Amino acid sequence: MRLPFSDMYNRPDERNLLDRTGQGLIGKPLDRPEGPLKVSGAATYSAEWNLPNCAEGVLVLASIPQGTVREIHADPVLAMPGVMAVIADKAMVRRSAQGTAGKAPAQDVTTVEYFGQPVAVVVAETFEQARDAALALRVDYDPAEKPVPLDPESPQAEVETPSDSKPIEGGDLDAAMREAAFAIDVSYDTPGHASAAMEPHVTIAEWQDDRLILRGSYQMLSHNVKEIADCLSIKPDKVRIIAPYVGGGFGSKLGITHEAVAAAVAAREIGRPVRVVMTRQQVFQTVMRRSETRQRVRLAADAGGRIVGLGHEALVSNLPQEDFAEPVTQATEFLYGGDNRLLKVEVARISRLTAGSVRAPGEAVGMQVLEAAMDELAEAIGMDPIELRKRNLPATVPVEGTPYSSRMLVEALEAGAKAFGWDRRQPTPCQTREGDWWIGHGVASAARVNMMVPAEARVTLNPDGSALVETDQTDIGTGSYAILGQIAGEMLGLPIERVKVELGDTRLPAGAGSGGSFGAISTGSAVMRACEAIRETLAKKLGCEAEELQLKDGVASGGGKQQPIAGLVQEKPLAETGSIKPGKTAKDFSQASYGAFFAEVAVHAFTGETRVRRMTGAFGFGRVLNAKTARSQCLGGMVWGIGSALTEELAFDLRDGHLVNHDLAEYHVPVHADVPAIEVILLEERDAAASPLQAKGVGELGICGAAGAIANAIHNACGVRVRSFPLTLDKLIDQLPDPFAPATAKVA
Amino acid sequence: MHARVNGTEHPLPHDSRRTLLDWLREDLGLTGTKKGCDHGQCGACTVLVDGRRINSCLSLAQLHDGDAIETIEAIGSADALAPLQRAFVAHDGFQCGYCTPGQICSATALMSELAEGWASAVTEDIAAAPVVTRAELQERMSGNLCRCGAYSNIIAALEEVIAAEGPLRIDAEASA
Amino acid sequence: MKAFTLDHAADAQDALDALGAGATAIAGGTNLVDLMKLQIAAPDRLVSIRRTGLDQIAPDGEGLRIGALVTNADCAADGRVRRDWPLLAQAILAGASPQLRNRATTGGNLCQRTRCGYFYDTTQACNKRAPGTGCGALGGFNRIHAVLGTSDACIATYPGDMAVALLALDAEVLTQGPDGERTIPVGQFHRQPGDDPSRDNTLLPGELITGVRLPAPSGGMQIYRKVRDRASYAFALVSVAADLAMEDGRIARCALAFGSLGTVPWRDRAVEQALVGETPSPALFDKAADVLLRDARGFGENDFKIVLARRALAATLAEATLSNPAKG
Ligand SMILES: Cc1cc2nc3c(=O)[nH]c(=O)nc-3n(C[C@H](O)[C@H](O)[C@H](O)COP(=O)(O)OP(=O)(O)OC[C@H]3O[C@@H](n4cnc5c(N)ncnc54)[C@H](O)[C@@H]3O)c2cc1C
Ligand code: SF4
Ligand code: FES
Ligand code: FES
Repeated sequence: MRLPFSDMYNRPDERNLLDRTGQGLIGKPLDRPEGPLKVSGAATYSAEWNLPNCAEGVLVLASIPQGTVREIHADPVLAMPGVMAVIADKAMVRRSAQGTAGKAPAQDVTTVEYFGQPVAVVVAETFEQARDAALALRVDYDPAEKPVPLDPESPQAEVETPSDSKPIEGGDLDAAMREAAFAIDVSYDTPGHASAAMEPHVTIAEWQDDRLILRGSYQMLSHNVKEIADCLSIKPDKVRIIAPYVGGGFGSKLGITHEAVAAAVAAREIGRPVRVVMTRQQVFQTVMRRSETRQRVRLAADAGGRIVGLGHEALVSNLPQEDFAEPVTQATEFLYGGDNRLLKVEVARISRLTAGSVRAPGEAVGMQVLEAAMDELAEAIGMDPIELRKRNLPATVPVEGTPYSSRMLVEALEAGAKAFGWDRRQPTPCQTREGDWWIGHGVASAARVNMMVPAEARVTLNPDGSALVETDQTDIGTGSYAILGQIAGEMLGLPIERVKVELGDTRLPAGAGSGGSFGAISTGSAVMRACEAIRETLAKKLGCEAEELQLKDGVASGGGKQQPIAGLVQEKPLAETGSIKPGKTAKDFSQASYGAFFAEVAVHAFTGETRVRRMTGAFGFGRVLNAKTARSQCLGGMVWGIGSALTEELAFDLRDGHLVNHDLAEYHVPVHADVPAIEVILLEERDAAASPLQAKGVGELGICGAAGAIANAIHNACGVRVRSFPLTLDKLIDQLPDPFAPATAKVA
Repeated sequence: MHARVNGTEHPLPHDSRRTLLDWLREDLGLTGTKKGCDHGQCGACTVLVDGRRINSCLSLAQLHDGDAIETIEAIGSADALAPLQRAFVAHDGFQCGYCTPGQICSATALMSELAEGWASAVTEDIAAAPVVTRAELQERMSGNLCRCGAYSNIIAALEEVIAAEGPLRIDAEASA
Repeated sequence: MKAFTLDHAADAQDALDALGAGATAIAGGTNLVDLMKLQIAAPDRLVSIRRTGLDQIAPDGEGLRIGALVTNADCAADGRVRRDWPLLAQAILAGASPQLRNRATTGGNLCQRTRCGYFYDTTQACNKRAPGTGCGALGGFNRIHAVLGTSDACIATYPGDMAVALLALDAEVLTQGPDGERTIPVGQFHRQPGDDPSRDNTLLPGELITGVRLPAPSGGMQIYRKVRDRASYAFALVSVAADLAMEDGRIARCALAFGSLGTVPWRDRAVEQALVGETPSPALFDKAADVLLRDARGFGENDFKIVLARRALAATLAEATLSNPAKG
């Protein structure tokens, strides 16, 4: 079947097809189809496959920062009950694969590159036996002769410009700063973050002759197959991955990591399936971190509040040779104007677990700092922070001149302000006190780049009038099951109950995978295209033009004819594989999702404890595919924003590089009590440049700037501006106003 | 030594190291109960023992001789969901679903604790029966982490069920 | 977790016999199992004391006797506790999570070990876990550590909440051991590290906590203020337990205890003496803080606790004496 377009998405699809179909599924807040399985405990996550004769592996982590393994004292451990093997195979990985790597990360665990790197796996009959044996295993090391520094701020740390991130320069920023009516030059820092998905990383590896089956918790299966195959030097077509349910990923499961290779190697060695589940402490210490950042933001504005100069420079870190560098300035490139600019990211080479993608890499920490600095500028000018933002939206991307595909930022700021009651905010700090609490309000813009990646999906229309969507796309909580079914149902005119979605198995066509908020739009577009091909056939069979074809509730009509869809299919199912690849639209337009955050916080006048009392987010991300799951993505992002603003911080001991707070008791992700009722406003938008669905990514948008709104609200509440995230009370307490000062303040 | 799990007697495991969580998941195949941290820090492993919620990861299985244990599987199955489970689906009180059985077990026990008049850290008058506010529900659910951040939807689901089932009433004013 | 045998004591005597033979008591297990999984604790013999009948709350003269196996949840739910010793209920409810409190016991809570990250990591030096190896927290990440009662050997806090309330309430720990029964004031139960941080408390080998005794209710204003990094399910950075009575605008009586500030639950009578008989004022609260913190010493990351303690004390006293002019 030839469609009137290529796989490459070169031209914006302006046909508005999904506005002309009649089923009415798109955008509806439908429940997740897999919901009943999840709420009843019947969804099978990766550790839960019951394979006969499966052995248990537990990883052993290095207790030195850098060096080589001299000797592993395996014998005493092998003598322990149930222990079958102690393995430190050359194929095992030292680092995690980055998202979309498609090849093996650094291998060979005889070299230790950071404290907590896996150096061996111990295999036993039961988990208890393996855990004890792993703790008993003695490993001797030779320390590295030329160690890499442990601290990104160390003068010894080599600092590089990452290969894929050229500085952006224009005009003369220094001059602009000197001459500006208002200039802000501030330095902020953000700490490392952990994804901390609730399901720990796990793989069950099973060999069937020379074929390997992995049941594992990963986000991007088609890439993961290549990564694992490369690690084991086998052909990718010998590897199958099954992952229908993934207990969260947030970037940490984009690429394969230690436990996957360890399980595969161990299973091959002992000739039985092996399961390796990482402990929570191991997940923290060895999988993936978001780099800490030090950011300098310079903003120069004229008397009217127009930004004439903008600088955003960041220092991040990673292991030597690692390509990934937290793209801190990614959204700064296109968000605000100012022709005199300097945007730059540098990466310090240090010894710490791999830095990689953690939910919204770049914007998550870049936007919160930029938006806090914008608040400082607004204060300096004496301008409403919303007005300042509205005044500085360029017509085309500064320096590059690329047009925006669509941008709902003004709408988001306005809709959010209205719903939140921004007009009741006190512009100066320390104006509202309720009991022992200072109350304050803050705003921030949200922005996150939109990406499409190659994706395929197969749609089968059955003779009984039901449809099946198949792709290896994962659903990590993002709603893939729901929205892919909705797209197919909409395109084929079927009630949602008639559409089945099968995901997470590499025997199915390669979807986009879950990452970078691109899963829905990429794989969704592939589903849409498969359905278009089926529609062509149906139109032919019915005897009408494809444009005339109407499909609704299982009935096809067009050209004055009408027939049940099932009847058109007859005995052989109609199966089509749709595919999409990013094309020229990705270069021709600046594509991003936008929004605005509003936060009300209370800061304790004595102790500096901060509570978020309410939050509003308004977002425009193209067509909403499912209002319920999209809203949840936004909510989740804003919860991450609360964590990033107030509590989350990886604490490394700079003497040996070990991660001190490597569990969920001491790495503080927000709990129920930290999260108020959150209001989410979804704006209607169509962005044809982004995808045929006219939808953009939403999975990460809710975090991109959220912490900035909270920081700004804290300043508005108590007058303290802290330039070091998270804004824990120890950083506020010295600067808080006298809690006993007579109440000149207005009492709410 | 036996424990009754979801109404059926099972012999307890031989290995004294085996936790209640691993026993349920590995020996009884009741994998609805999740392991998120194995150290009492996340609540994913929450089950009911004699009607009370506990972290099954920090309890040795052999300490449960004679206990009646209920897991998510007993609360409702996919084709016969309990009201709380239905409310979780309707309010999207989950995303990845991994913390969800723990949240639901926890919420189930929370309702009986409220009915028994237990106070919490945010109860204004600790000697009096608690008024069901949003803050009360948030505090009482705080032993269950959700990294997907479905918190406000979970509370919405809980509020709906509490309001529908009574006799507890959501205090709308205090919740606001 | 190393392999171990597990016995079940049917009564206190049974438990004592097992302890005498070298077994370690397991109550709720919420601390012990946590530590055993990481091989920070590695007993080869456990005795479960859950079913020893020590799980009753009973009147004791004008006071109350809380069995060692009473769960934290049951204790905080008890009508008598809530009415007459609300400080205790508040402190318990401020700790851990509902699930943990359903399992955690009075005795186990008193014996819970520190949350020092170096203690919790067997790759690190720690005098408490491995005597003589040094103290990783000194010069390391010590944000949660103590500023009072520290030694060169250890700066870890006792992290719990319940004991802080018990200390302010003048409670006693009741024990039974090979040499008979003892009554230990809560203030003498926990040990400052000195040069032997491995022993957290004054319990003797083979000794069993049978319960806690609360004296007659004070009838004062009782407040437990716990300051922490997140709103719930987190250990205290600093906590203040106050039991205070006013007469004619002056502080007539007051008991103050502090959690996560010192290496042990901290009570300093000199602070109380500085307050009693005085009219509450910000200056007075400051003076009390000066007394409390006269020997306080920070170790870098935890310097803020000195300021925080001062301000948390002021907030608590202002609330207990209803004397904050700025409050709306
Ligand atoms: C994630 C997490 C968060 C927590 N947060 C808090 C918090 O905020 N505040 C707080 O106060 N606590 C907190 N806790 C600690 C919790 O309160 C303790 O783990 C609990 O109180 C210990 O009681 P248990 O009965 O389970 O003790 P067990 O684990 O059974 O025993 C602990 C120790 O006490 C000994 N022991 C127990 N009973 C007796 C007895 N009768 N006689 C002699 N020795 C005995 C045991 O031998 C063992 O050494 C938290 C725990 C976790 C895991
Ligand atoms: S502070 Fe105490 S517990 Fe912590 S490392 Fe030092 S000796 Fe160990
Ligand atoms: S698995 Fe038990 S609390 Fe996390
Ligand atoms: S739904 Fe994913 S952690 Fe809660």
